[in-house]
Amino acid sequence: MVDFLLAFAVGGAICVAAQLVLDLTKLTPAHIMVLFVSLGAVVSGLGLYGPLVKIGGAGATVPLTGFGHALVQGMLEDVRQFGILGLFSGGLRATAVGITSAVVFGYLMAILFNPKG
Amino acid sequence: MVKASNRQKEAYQQLLQKHTPSRPIFRNLVLAFLVGGAITTIGQGVLNFFVSQGLSPKDAATPTAGVMIFLGALLTGLGVYDKIGKFAGMGSALPITGFANSIVSPALEFKREGFVLGVGARMFQVAGPVIVYGVVSSLVVSVLHILVKGV
Repeated sequence: MVDFLLAFAVGGAICVAAQLVLDLTKLTPAHIMVLFVSLGAVVSGLGLYGPLVKIGGAGATVPLTGFGHALVQGMLEDVRQFGILGLFSGGLRATAVGITSAVVFGYLMAILFNPKG
Repeated sequence: MVKASNRQKEAYQQLLQKHTPSRPIFRNLVLAFLVGGAITTIGQGVLNFFVSQGLSPKDAATPTAGVMIFLGALLTGLGVYDKIGKFAGMGSALPITGFANSIVSPALEFKREGFVLGVGARMFQVAGPVIVYGVVSSLVVSVLHILVKGV
C-alpha cells in the first residue's frame, strides 16, 4: 500500500514540476517532454535518479524523466560490459521494449481507429 | 506596408495582456498532480504484478513501460486520452502513456494523408524529438559521467 502512495506522490510531483514549466513559460508540451527526458538523463548522471526510483517506484520510472534515466543507465551498463561501444548500444537496448511497444502499438491503434470529432 | 511604431507595439502588447485570460495556475497544478499521480499509481500496480511474477523491481520497469504504452495508445484510439489531456495538462502528457498519445494522436489525424507519409511519418512528430534529444543528451551525460567518475 505504501508503494502506491509513494508512486502517486513522486509521479504527481514530477508532473507538477512539468506543469509549472508549462504555465510559467511559453514552451509547448512537446518542448517540455523533450526537456524532461534530458533532465532525467542529467539527474541520472548525477546519481540522484536511482535513489528516486527506489523511493517512488513507477512514480519515477513511468514519467518521461524515467526514460532519460533508463537511457543513461543502459549506456553506462553497456560501457562496463563491452567498452566504449556501449555508448552506442546501451541506450536503445535499455529502452528497446518501450520504443518497440510505442511503434507497434502506436501503429496498430492508428490502423484500427479513426480520428474522433 | 506601414510599419507599426514602437508606441503602437507597446499599446498592442498592453491590450493583448489585458485580454489574455489569466491561466488558473493553481488549478492546473492540482489537476496535473492528481492525474499524473493516478497514472503512475496504475503503473505501480502493473510493476507489482511483474514483480509478483518473479522479476526484480529493476527488470519489471521495462515490461511496465510496454503495458503503459499499450494502454496510452488504446485510450488515444478510443478518443479518451485526449479528453483527459484537455484538463490534465502535463499530468497526462508527461507519463509514458502521454508519449504513446503523442504517437497515436497525430497518426490518426493525418491518416487521410496515407499510411506512409500520414501515419508512418506523423507518428514521430513528438516522439521523434523526444528520442533524438533523449539519446543525444544521455550520450553527453554518460561521457561526462565516465570522464568525471569513471565507469
